Amino acid sequence: MTLDDIVAAVKTAHDASKQAPSGGSHTPLRIRGAGSKDFYGGLLAGEVLDVSGHRGIVAYEPTELYITAKCGTPLAEIEATLAEKGQMLAFEPPHFSGATVGGCVAAGLSGPRRQQAGAVRDFMLGVKLIDGTGQVLNFGGQVMKNVAGYDVSRLLAGSLGTLGVLAEVTLKVLPRPVAEQTLVFDMSEGEAISRLNQWGGQPLPISASFWHDGQLRLRLSGARAAVKAAQGKLGGTVAVDAEKHWISVREQTHPAFAGPILWRLALPSTAHSPGLDGLRAIEWGGALRWYAGELDAVRGAAARAGGHAVLYHAPESLRCREGAFAPLAPALLALHRRLKKSFDPRGILNPGRLYAEF
Amino acid sequence: MTNPEPVFATDRTALVAHLRTILPAHCLLVGEEDLRPYECDGLTAYRELPLAVCLPEAEAQVIDVLRTCHQLGVPVVARGAGTGLSGGAMPHAQGVVLSLARFNRILRVDREARLAVVQPGVRNLAVSEAAAPFGLYYAPDPSSQIACTLGGNVAENSGGVHCLKYGLTVHNVLRIRVVSIEGEVFEIGSEAPDAPGYDLLALMIGSEGMLGVVTEVTVKLVPKPELAQVVMASFDDVGKAGDAVAAIIAAGIIPAGLEMMDKPATAAVEPYVKAGYDLNAAAILLCESDGTPEEVAEEIARVTEVLTVAGAGDIRVSQSEAERLRFWAGRKAAFPAVGRITPDYYCMDGTIPRKRVAEMLSSIAAMEKKYGLRCANVFHAGDGNLHPLIMYDASQSGDWERAEAFGAEILELSVALGGSITGEHGVGIEKINQMCVQYTTPELETFHRVKAAFDESGLLNPGKAVPSLHRCAEYGRMHVHHGEVKFPELERF
Repeated sequence: MTLDDIVAAVKTAHDASKQAPSGGSHTPLRIRGAGSKDFYGGLLAGEVLDVSGHRGIVAYEPTELYITAKCGTPLAEIEATLAEKGQMLAFEPPHFSGATVGGCVAAGLSGPRRQQAGAVRDFMLGVKLIDGTGQVLNFGGQVMKNVAGYDVSRLLAGSLGTLGVLAEVTLKVLPRPVAEQTLVFDMSEGEAISRLNQWGGQPLPISASFWHDGQLRLRLSGARAAVKAAQGKLGGTVAVDAEKHWISVREQTHPAFAGPILWRLALPSTAHSPGLDGLRAIEWGGALRWYAGELDAVRGAAARAGGHAVLYHAPESLRCREGAFAPLAPALLALHRRLKKSFDPRGILNPGRLYAEF
Repeated sequence: MTNPEPVFATDRTALVAHLRTILPAHCLLVGEEDLRPYECDGLTAYRELPLAVCLPEAEAQVIDVLRTCHQLGVPVVARGAGTGLSGGAMPHAQGVVLSLARFNRILRVDREARLAVVQPGVRNLAVSEAAAPFGLYYAPDPSSQIACTLGGNVAENSGGVHCLKYGLTVHNVLRIRVVSIEGEVFEIGSEAPDAPGYDLLALMIGSEGMLGVVTEVTVKLVPKPELAQVVMASFDDVGKAGDAVAAIIAAGIIPAGLEMMDKPATAAVEPYVKAGYDLNAAAILLCESDGTPEEVAEEIARVTEVLTVAGAGDIRVSQSEAERLRFWAGRKAAFPAVGRITPDYYCMDGTIPRKRVAEMLSSIAAMEKKYGLRCANVFHAGDGNLHPLIMYDASQSGDWERAEAFGAEILELSVALGGSITGEHGVGIEKINQMCVQYTTPELETFHRVKAAFDESGLLNPGKAVPSLHRCAEYGRMHVHHGEVKFPELERF
């Protein structure tokens, strides 16, 4: 599938929507890469625009620290290419089943290394976007610093395809750490949160943390000497299954993520337990907490703790009732609608995937 | 399809009368002698007197000022310390300047959560000073950090010498509180990650005062590294120095800082700072490593090896904190040092892929001949951000125009080499024409729609950051004549 094919599909949908009687219905497009995150966000609606065929690495310059790839390129292909040069996508995105780079950016989900390296948006350098009228637009570029114009490429990370088709993305890449070591500690939820925050304030090379069922795993990444020194300082026991473990956290195949209903709470890392049952896991130094089960008043509890809750895995009926994401304040919602309209005036791209209102 | 430049016709008497009802006398400046200090920012070549300067002390007053201006249709230019280098805070002749200088309180430094909540008029360095007792600091360190404010840093997405490793402002701000031109208050971002909805924080940071006025900023604080050391290397050829930069990255090293200066720059700096630079070198590189003592020792050894292979002549490693600071002093004093050897200088800010450095520097050398002006180059080599300092004499007729044309050619070459017209200083009024070179009409139209989603009235900082299509059409016409002719005069409103 070429860029022109995608443009043509968007233009057709855009034109059809203009011919639909005012207030009448028309069929929107549902942008799809590998479909590995079909479970995530609002309900799926519209005719599938399969962009998985628009694939391939366009440019990779190890010494310039960037990679440009078409949206349908599997993350696995990108990561294998980077690994050959000792580099990586530092935000450690989940692959699930065959995730593409376009879907990775659109969903904006980062993995365990986020607490040290940053989120997907922190690595966005540029994008080739097809907006809701079928225009091809380039924002950002391939250089590390670029403040010419609004930072539209970062805005698109996590926009779930509601602002346009991410036809091509450029991401900053980083060298893989020379050394890694995972330490295991037995501790309670409360102790884990307090220790993680204490350690976070010290110059320690902690690249990931995962608490589950009374056990905390801490990954150290960096120069050999730094990892060794930190290990000496922190104690704990050395994990033997480290690589497998972190993949199971990244891919959410770890038993902590099992079950039909899973809530993802993003909180200030120091927040005390929000008083909910069903805590399954803590990541990102305390800033990401997973809860399972049909819980009442999760959103209120998360908000009181200074954060927000995403209904991450749930049957359709519950997702319909609760919405995937925490509701926006009215002024912010109005602003979102205006922004949506400025990229996709007819509302033909992934409507309702982020919020039911647009 | 072109839209004309917006024209505002403010009734000054009515405006001042309105402002007097919402601000106490000490928060409002209207006399010419009081307005004069606000006529420009750090880019002094562009000046304009505003109708009034508002110096609110509370968010409620900011809201009132913005509502009043919205109601009367008066342009508003927000301003921090005014250290910006692209004229982003240059006043509008028919508008008011909204100075956030009195929002200068640090509201909270949270050691455990590693963050600080500050007002926008707080100086960049003051945040790190307040966090220092906890072993923490705020990472972005623009060279003006003694004076520049967080509000301005947010507006410009400021960088500094450590951003390759520690990121720009956009990577280090967690939350902002914003007042819209209509006087509505928004909370964007939070102390928790991944705020719901669009990443408006990314859009607001670097938006040059076009989308809203920031009244509070929450920044991330990071642990201060135990140790930092600098390697200083001399090269007899700028191409070799450029290749050495690529070789360091290729070796899997992300230094805390990686800077380059060419011979004219070191020649200007050395007599002034006595940093110990090799004056015979065509270029010098400064490469900083930070972390635990073990980590630094390991990295310095690797860097030294890479630089040796890359053909460095003299290589010196700072042996003490005093020596490290002395090596840096020259780089940090480059602008004032150049200021000592020329009546005026014009600082550019293009970014290019690192591998094109040598090509860019030889093109600049050719441009020096073409325009009859000298240029010293300092360079955030690690992230491809070049700061050519074009030397001119504003008192000589035609000098400024040649400097401006010289600068424009550098920026347009930056775009042609795959880079950007601005890495960290912003577009402001200075690079507004080059935006027409970097972006297509549909892209600029998208920027205008984004602007309208936040500020439909177009009253926030009009005429800056994103050119009207009309302006690009004009510039395009001028540009066809090979840029040899003087650029169109900037429109004075």
